[in-house]
Amino acid sequence: MVEPLLDIKGLKIEATSYPPGEAPRNVTIVDGVSLTLEQGCVLGLIGESGAGKSTIGLSAMCYGRGGVRITGGVIKLAGRDIREASALGLRGLRGHEVTYVAQSAAAAFNPAKKLMEQVIETSLTHGLMTKAEAEARAVVLFGKLGLPNPETIGNRYPHQVSGGQLQRVMTAMALCPKPDLVIFDEPTTALDVTTQIEVLAAIKEAIRDTGVAALYITHDLAVVAQVSDHIMVLRGGKMVEYGTVQQIIEEPREEYTRALVSVRSIDHAEKADGSAAVLSVKGITARYRGTRFDVLSDVTVDLPAGQTLAVVGESGSGKSTLARVITGLLPPSGGEVVFAGRTLSGALAQRSKDDLRELQMIYQMADVAMNPRQSVGTIIGRPLEFYFGLRGEARRKRVQELLDQIEMGKGFLDRYPAELSGGQKQRVCIARALAAKPKLIICDEVTSALDPLVADGILKLLLNLQAQEGVAYLFITHDLATVRAIADRIAVMYRGRVVRYGTKTEVLSPPFDDYTDLLLSSVPEMKLGWLENVIATRKMESAGN
Amino acid sequence: MMRIPLAAMIGLFFTALYFLGAIFAGWIAPYGMAEIVGDSWEPWSATHLLGTDSIGRDLLSRMIFGGQTTIFVAAAATVLSFTLGSSLGFLAAVRGGWVDQLLSRGVDLVMSIPSLISALVVLSVMPVTLPILILVMGLLDATRVFRLSRAVAVDITVMDYVEAARLRGERQLWIIFREILPNALSPLIAEMGLRFIFMVLFISTLSFLGLGIQPPLADWGGIVKENKEGIVYGIPAALIPAFAIATLAISVNLVADWVLTRTTSLKGGRGG
Amino acid sequence: MVHPVIKLVAQRLALGLLLLLAASVLIFVGTQILPGDVAQSILGQSATPESLANLRAELGLNDPPVTRYFNWLLAAMQGDLGTALTNGQDIAQAMGKRLGNTLFLAATAAVIAVPLAILLGLIAVRYQGRWPDKVISTVTLATVSVPEFLLGYILVYLLSVKLRLFPSLATIYDTMSLGEKLYAISMPTLVLVLVVLGHMMRMTRAAILNVMQSAYVETAELKGLRPFTIIARHAFPNAIAPVVNVVMLNLAYLVVGVVVVEVVFVYPGMGQYLVDHVSKRDVPVVQACGLVFAAVYIGLNILADVISILANPRLRHPK
Repeated sequence: MVEPLLDIKGLKIEATSYPPGEAPRNVTIVDGVSLTLEQGCVLGLIGESGAGKSTIGLSAMCYGRGGVRITGGVIKLAGRDIREASALGLRGLRGHEVTYVAQSAAAAFNPAKKLMEQVIETSLTHGLMTKAEAEARAVVLFGKLGLPNPETIGNRYPHQVSGGQLQRVMTAMALCPKPDLVIFDEPTTALDVTTQIEVLAAIKEAIRDTGVAALYITHDLAVVAQVSDHIMVLRGGKMVEYGTVQQIIEEPREEYTRALVSVRSIDHAEKADGSAAVLSVKGITARYRGTRFDVLSDVTVDLPAGQTLAVVGESGSGKSTLARVITGLLPPSGGEVVFAGRTLSGALAQRSKDDLRELQMIYQMADVAMNPRQSVGTIIGRPLEFYFGLRGEARRKRVQELLDQIEMGKGFLDRYPAELSGGQKQRVCIARALAAKPKLIICDEVTSALDPLVADGILKLLLNLQAQEGVAYLFITHDLATVRAIADRIAVMYRGRVVRYGTKTEVLSPPFDDYTDLLLSSVPEMKLGWLENVIATRKMESAGN
Repeated sequence: MMRIPLAAMIGLFFTALYFLGAIFAGWIAPYGMAEIVGDSWEPWSATHLLGTDSIGRDLLSRMIFGGQTTIFVAAAATVLSFTLGSSLGFLAAVRGGWVDQLLSRGVDLVMSIPSLISALVVLSVMPVTLPILILVMGLLDATRVFRLSRAVAVDITVMDYVEAARLRGERQLWIIFREILPNALSPLIAEMGLRFIFMVLFISTLSFLGLGIQPPLADWGGIVKENKEGIVYGIPAALIPAFAIATLAISVNLVADWVLTRTTSLKGGRGG
Repeated sequence: MVHPVIKLVAQRLALGLLLLLAASVLIFVGTQILPGDVAQSILGQSATPESLANLRAELGLNDPPVTRYFNWLLAAMQGDLGTALTNGQDIAQAMGKRLGNTLFLAATAAVIAVPLAILLGLIAVRYQGRWPDKVISTVTLATVSVPEFLLGYILVYLLSVKLRLFPSLATIYDTMSLGEKLYAISMPTLVLVLVVLGHMMRMTRAAILNVMQSAYVETAELKGLRPFTIIARHAFPNAIAPVVNVVMLNLAYLVVGVVVVEVVFVYPGMGQYLVDHVSKRDVPVVQACGLVFAAVYIGLNILADVISILANPRLRHPK
C-alpha cells in the first residue's frame, strides 16, 4: 500500500495565554484532529476564526506560530514522523518538501529584497537547482500564474507590485522548489472579488499542472469548493465533518456544516417602490483636501423611506467616501444631499441636532466603534440622554428595551466592550444607532469583519428591525451575497462613479454593463465547477471579441 | 480585584516611603538642616546614623531635608509640565490645522536643543531661585509631555468611537474629557512617573553643577557637590544621595511599568 | 525628474539648517531678552548707574535686539564668537582646543559603546525572556536610573580610591601620547559608556525584536533557512535603519552627558567651559557654547533622519 503524503493522527496543539492579573494558563487550540492527504490531492480546511485551521496547516511543517506548541499526536510526511525530526531535518523539509503561501503576501515578503531573489532563495539554499535553472523556472511559473511581464517582474521590489500580483508571486515562490505539499493559508481573503477570482484560477491551474498536493485553508466554503478534492470542517479546534467536496456541499451531514452551506442564502423580497425618498443624493462630487482628483464624481442616488439601498463596489470605488459626504464628515465640492425633505449642510458643524439624530451610522469594526472605557449601558444610554434627555431609571429601562430588541437580553448593561463577542459588539452598535430613533442608518461594511454565521445573524436582525421600526438603510458593502440578502435597491460604484443603479431586480438582471458583469460573475458560488465555468465563459468571450 | 505583582509592590512601598519622608521631614529628621553637630566627615554611629558631612552637619538630617527639596521641586515641575504639556497636546490633536502646526513646530524647535543646555543658557541670565528652577524645568519638559499626549490623543481621535461622538453632535469638551481622556490616562500616568524621575535627575544634576538649589538649602545633588572632595579620601558621604536617587528612580520606574502593562492588557494586548 | 530620495534628503538638510537658525534665535532670545541684565550681572548689585551705562554701550546693549542678533550671528558664521566678559579672551580660540578634547572623549566612548550596545541588544533578543536578557535589562535599567555624575563618583570610589586602577581626575596635556591620553580619560569614558549603553541597548533590542516578529521573518523560517541566514539576509537589512537611528539619537544624548561628566572629572572640555561660565554669568561664552552644542545635536539628529531615508527600500526604489 502506498503511504499517504501527509498523515496526521490525534493532533493536539496548545498555547499559553496570559490573562491580565491571573496566572498564565494553557489553552488547547487543536484537539484530536486526524487527516490524511494523498499525493497530488487538495484538502480544504474550513472554519470560522478560532477554529484552529491555520495552526493545523502550519503543523504540517512542524511549526508553531508565537507561543503555540504541538503537544500530542503523530505528523507523518511521506512516512517519516516529522515531530521526531531534528532542527536540521526540519530545515531540510521546510521550503523544500513543504512550502507555505500566507494570507498577506504584502507582509510576508522582505521589503528590502527583490522578488526574484526571494522566489528562488529556497531552491538555491536547499541545493535543488542552479541559479539560472531556478530563475528560468520562476519565470515560467510567473507566466503560468498570469503575471504581467514574467521576465522582468522578478526585478521589482514587493512594494512596487499590486496585492493580487504579490499573492501570485508568493504562489510561484512556494512552487519554485518543486515541493510535494503547499499550504495555502487564506491566499485570497485580502483581495477584491474581481482579483480573487483571477488568483484563485491561477492557483488552481498551477496545482493541476504541477501535480502538487495542497492544504487549502479558508473561511469561505464557496472558495474552497472550487479548488479542493476533500473538505474538512473545523470548529473550536475539533473536526466537525470530513468528506468529498460533493458530499459536503450537496449532502452535508452535520448541522454546523449545513449552516455553513446555507449561509448567505437569506432571500429578501424587494419592497415595492412606493414611498417617498428619505435620502436623495444629487450630483455629489467630492475630493479629499490636498488631492487633485475626485473620489466621487456626479453621484446621484435615491433611497425610499424604510428601504435599503446597497452601495456595492471594490476597494477604491468611493463607496465609503459617499458615506462620509452624507454624514457631513467630508463637505462635497458639488451637488447636494436632501434628507427627510431638508437640504443638509455640507459641513457637520452646521447641521441641526435633528439632522444628526435622524441619520445614524454603524461601522465595520465594532471593536473600535465603541469606547473601551464605557459600559454597554453608557454606550447605548448616551444618545438617549443626549437627544431625548432621558436620565436615571427611564434611561436604564429604555436601554434594556433596546437590548431586548437586539436579542441580547439581561445582564449586559454593566459589561464592557472587551467582554463581548464580535457579533454582540456589532449588536450593541446597532442598538446605539437605534436609540436615536433614526430615519436612516448608514451601515459601512457592518458584516465584513464577522464570521459568516454571525454575519447572517446580524443581517436577519437588521431586516427585523427595519420591519419593526421602518428605518431605511444605506448599506455599503463589497459582498454581493450580502446585497442579495438585504437590498431593495442597488448602486454599483466603480472608480468614484455610479455605473449601475436601480431596484435589486433591475440591477441583477441582464443585460449588464461590463463592470457589473465582471463583478457579479466573480462572486464565488457554492457549487461545484463554478470557477471552471466562469473562466471558460470569460475565455470564450474574449476570444469572441 | 487585580493582584499587584511583587515588583510593583516593592516600587509602591519605596515610593511611598520617600514621599512620606519628604512630607514629614521636619518631624523625622533628628537634627536641624543647617545645624553643625560634630566634626567633618564623622563615620556612621548611633548618634549620627549616616555620619556627618564636610562641615560637620548630620548627614541623615541633610538627606531627609534634601529629599524634601528635591522631591518638592521635581514634583512641582512635573505637575507644571504635565498640566501644560498634556492640555496643549490634546488641544493640538483635537483641533488639528494651524493650532497643531504652530504648537508642534514650536515644540520641535525647543527640543532641537538638549534641555540641559537650554536650562544652562537660561540660568546664566536668570536669578537661580526655586520658582525660576521649577518654571524652567517644567517648561522645558512640557515639550516631551506635549509630544506624547498629542501622539496618544491623535491615535484615539481617529478611532471610530470618537467619530461616532462627533456625528452624534457632542461638544469638543465632551470628546476630550469623556472619549479621549479615559483612554489616554494610563499611558500618561506611566509617563508621569518617568517624567518625575527625569526631574529628580535634572534638578540633582543642576544642583551638582552649582546651578540648581543654592545653599544653605539642602538637596541631594547639592549634598554630592558638598561632599565630593571626600571621595578621594575614601569617605563615601557623597555616595549616599546616589543611593537615594537610584532607589527612588527605580521604584517609580517599577510602578510606571506596572501601570503601563495594566493598560496594554486592558486593550487586549499580551499581559504578563 | 529628481529622485525622491535626493529630494527628501535635501528637504531634511534644509530643515536642519532652518532649525539651527531658529535655535540660534532661541539661544539669543534666552540670554538677551529675558529680564536679567548682563551689565548688571557682571558688575553686581552695587554698580553705579554710570558704570552700568558705560558697559551697556560697550557691549552694544543699547542697539535694538534684532540688530544685535544679526551682528552676533554674522560674526559667529565667520568664526568670530566674541570675547569672554570675564577675562577678555577670544572665545573661538579658547573653545577650539576644548572642543577637540570633548570630541575625543565622546568619540572614544562611542567607539566602545556602539558595538557593545548592538552586541548586547542582539544577545538580549537571541535569549529573549531568558536569563541573559533579564540580566542585561536589569543592569541597564539600573545604569539608566542613576544620573551621570553619581555614576561617576560611584566608579571613582570603587575603581580609583578602593582598587586604585584608574586616575580619578582626567587631566590631559598636548604632550601626552595617545596611550597616556586614553588612560587619563578611562574613567570618564567608562561613565559615558555605561550611561548611553543602557538607552542604546534597550532601543536596539526593541528595534530588532520588532523586525524579528515581522511576517517576512516567519516566511524565512518557513523556507527552512538557517537561523544565521535568516538574521543576516532577512532581518539585518531591515533592522539597519532603526538601529542606526537609535545609535545616532544616543550619540546626540552622549553630547549632553559629556557636560556633566567633564565637571566630575575636571576634564578640560566644552562642558566644563560652559558650566564655569554659566556660574560666572559670562553670556557671550554661554551663547557660543550653546550654539555649538545645539549644532552638534541637530546635526546628529538630521544624520539619523537621512540614514533612515537612505535605508528605506520603498523610498530608494519608488514605484
